[in-house]
Formats: sequence, structure tokens, C-alpha cells
Amino acid sequence: MNFDYAFAWSILPDLLQGLLVTLQVVVLGFLMAVIVGLVLAIAQRSKRPWLHRLSSGYLSFFRHTPLMVQLYVLFFAFPLIGITVPAISTGVIGLGLYYGAYIAEAYRGAIESVPAGQWEAARALDFDTATTWRRIILPQALKPMLPVLGNYLIGMFKETPLLAVITIPELFQAAKQIAGMTYRYNEPYTVMALMFLAISLPTSLFFKFLERRSHA
Amino acid sequence: MPDLAHSPPGAPPQILLKQVVKRFGKTQVIDHLDLSIPQGQKVALIGPSGSGKSTVLRLIKGLESYQQGSIEVAGSPVPGLRSGWRWPWSKKPPVVHRVGMVFQQFNLFPHLTVQENITEAPLRVLKLTQEEAEERAYEYLGLVGLVHKAAAYPGQLSGGQQQRVAIARALAMRPQVMLFDEVTSALDPELVGEVLAVIRSIAHAQRTTLLLVTHEMNFAEEIADRVLFMEAGKILADGSAQEILVDPDNERTRRFLNRVERR
Ligand SMILES: Nc1ncnc2c1ncn2[C@@H]1O[C@H](COP(=O)(O)OP(=O)(O)OP(=O)(O)O)[C@@H](O)[C@H]1O
Ligand SMILES: [Mg+2]
Repeated sequence: MNFDYAFAWSILPDLLQGLLVTLQVVVLGFLMAVIVGLVLAIAQRSKRPWLHRLSSGYLSFFRHTPLMVQLYVLFFAFPLIGITVPAISTGVIGLGLYYGAYIAEAYRGAIESVPAGQWEAARALDFDTATTWRRIILPQALKPMLPVLGNYLIGMFKETPLLAVITIPELFQAAKQIAGMTYRYNEPYTVMALMFLAISLPTSLFFKFLERRSHA
Repeated sequence: MPDLAHSPPGAPPQILLKQVVKRFGKTQVIDHLDLSIPQGQKVALIGPSGSGKSTVLRLIKGLESYQQGSIEVAGSPVPGLRSGWRWPWSKKPPVVHRVGMVFQQFNLFPHLTVQENITEAPLRVLKLTQEEAEERAYEYLGLVGLVHKAAAYPGQLSGGQQQRVAIARALAMRPQVMLFDEVTSALDPELVGEVLAVIRSIAHAQRTTLLLVTHEMNFAEEIADRVLFMEAGKILADGSAQEILVDPDNERTRRFLNRVERR
């Protein structure tokens, strides 16, 4: 097997196009997961039984079924009942809902680790609930969550080849297509792997840096 | 010194509890409690551990629910803490009277500087401008002698300094009532004095009604107009510092004081 640099160079634009789609889905999906996770974590603290049960049901469904199955349901089953969403949005929603269920757990732990005295002090100063969350609880809860969030972001990025099953033209799909058309596998797959590495390694270092800085 | 702090005769009491019952599950910890405190009075609340002293303060602040009776501050009712749950973005009804509370464990916000700890509530709750809030922060930091620590984080301060910041934080809301719950109990003995000195100056200079739980009997005797002795959720003795602390006629009070003194 030999590696043709000229060929690799020539397929670079197509692969970068795929990478761009991947990044887009991951960034939007991650933002959605962070929000979904927060709402779930807050609902989990609820003393209203129905809200608590609803969020528990959500968590257990999304944690106990494979992501691929969830993507299939979103992409193939929903159109049957008249709900059609473009593939990329489906990918964003799929990743957001799935990872939201995991990130909710990280939030829960982080929120519980804020001492009860902080809630009391906020209440003693007559803060309303929104201010208490925004100014007192979440800033303290988020710091220890940074490394966990970083792990999920990278995990999500590495799961994106799954999105090929719902026809999203992401990086893996792009590499596969090139390989299928040219019958050359070495170059597209090697470049693809390097691209994954080029994104996830610096991201991981960045989160390590953030973590170290927040401990200082 | 003329006693400007006391309300004119006929004014409603600043704090009024009527037949209040508080249970945790099946345990009754406050037992049909009646208490009336006029504006400006400095009251010390003493009693054995578990007698319900902290619970009384928390009830007045609205940090606890209660099962029976009524609680009023400055003539308006204090609803018990709702056990229900709200979305974080739901709005709370506006606060009609202000009660400040200082805790044994300081409970400063560790992610905010000393100055931010103090300005946060004036900014968010009273909606003061940044300038006004900072002015207040410096006023009360001056009072507790910590202007030079404005930019520090709570973690960089001694326990005594943290507690003084907590007092400044509560005062910056200009409360009508200040509640102190064993605010020196978590401190090393050599740091107790500086915190007591701050409370003493508040007691002397402010019109604020003061209710303080303490194990420092000398301090209670020094600043309190009135001393309450609590046991098992009831007030067993109520009188001047002289009556309760110096020559108590209540047998239980006497026994309690003996125990405390011997420690
Ligand atoms: N959150 C709670 N859940 C259940 N029981 C509680 C709770 N808080 C207090 N209690 C009980 O209520 C009683 C009164 O407690 P409280 O803290 O008011 O006593 P205290 O007089 O302040 O005692 P100490 O001097 O030890 O601070 C105690 O028996 C305590 O165990
Ligand atoms: Mg107590």
C-alpha cells in the first residue's frame, strides 16, 4: 500500500466540507445538550411528582436506548406521522436530546455539591429564584463541571460517524464516498482520522487548561 | 443615651408570633409559641441545644414552613416557606419588609469578592445602581473595619473577617430586623472578640431590632434589653438580662446557666 500525497491533497476540499458539517452538528448539538441537561436537572429537583416522573422517564429512555436507534426514530419514523425535519437538524436534535440526558446527570451532581448554606444565604438576602440560580448556584456548579462537559463534547464529536446513517454529509460520510468512487481507501481514511485528531486533541487540551485555571 | 430605638407606645410590635407550631415530620419542635418584640429592642435568645432557637429565627426570616399560628414582621404576615417548587424563572412576590440574617457558618458566596458579596443583593433585590451599591458596600465595610479587603475573596479571609463581611452583607440591605444565629460559634476563640465588637456597635448605634442566639452569656447580659430562655420549643423565661441571667427564679434556667458557666 502506498500513500499518494497528490491524491490526498486533491480530496482535501471534500473532506474539509464534511468536517465543517460535522463541526456544525456537534457545536449546535452540544449547545442543545447543555440546555436540555440543565432543564432536566432542574426538573429532577422538583417536588412536583409529575414533573419529576416526566424527567425521570426522559432520562431512562434516552440512556437505555442506543443513539443510533434514536436517530432512526427521529429520521425515519417521525416522517411517517407527518413530522419531517432536514437531516442536519435531525442530527443536532438527536445528539442534543441524547447527550442532554447524560449532561443532566453531571449537572445534578454539580448542583448538589453546592452547600445548602448558599441557598439559605441567597434566600436570607431575598433573592428571587432566578437570581439565585443565575448568580449564586450555577456559577459555583459549573466550575467542577467543565472537565465533564469537555469529555462529553469530545465524545459527541467522535460519535458523529453515526450520523452517516441518517444521510448527513459529515466527515465520515465524505470519506466513504470518496473511497467508494475512487476505490482508494488509504488516503481518505487516513486524512479523515487526522482531521478527527486535529480537532479533538486541542479541544481536550483546551478543557484541561480551563480546568487548571479554575482551580488556581 | 436617650432610647430613640424604642417604638412609641401603641405602635405594632416589630416581630409578632402567635401560637406558632412547627413540626419536622412528626416531631414538634416549636410548641404554641407566643412572642412579641417591639421595634428597636435587643433580644438575646438562650437555651440548650435542640431547644428550637435556630428554628425560631428561621421562622421569622421565612426559611421554614410552619403548621399552625401566625407570624408577622412590621405588621405584615410572614408566609411559611412554600414546600412547593417553582421554575427558576418564576417571579417571587415582592418583599414587603426586610429581615437580615447572619449564620453560624457565614455562608459567604465563595465565587464573588467581598465587595460583590455585599453589592449583589442591593443590586439585584433593591435594584440600586452599581454606584449606589458600591457606596453602601464601602459604608458597611467601614463599619466592620474591612474596607481594605473589598477586592479579596472570602477564602482569603480569616473566619472572623468572613463573619464581619457576612454582617456587612446583611446590613447593606438596611434591614429593620437583624437575626444572629450563634455567629461566633464556628470561630477560633481569639477571633470571637472582633465579631462581638461589630455586633455591639450595631446594637448601640442602630434602630434595628436585634434578635440573637448566643452562648456568650456575658455578651448577652451586656447588650440585651431582654433575654428569652427556651427549652423544648417553648419560652420558659422572659425578662431583663438581670432577671434571667443574674438571678433567675426559674429552676431550669438556673440549671442551664450553671451548665454553661461550668464549661
Ligand atoms: N431540617 C430538620 N429536619 C428535622 N429536624 C430538625 C431540622 N432542623 C432542626 N430539627 C430539629 O428541631 C429541633 C430544634 O432545632 P434547632 O436547630 O432550632 O435547635 P437549636 O436550639 O438552635 O439548637 P443548637 O443550640 O444546637 O443550635 C432539634 O431537635 C432538631 O433536631
Ligand atoms: Mg441552632
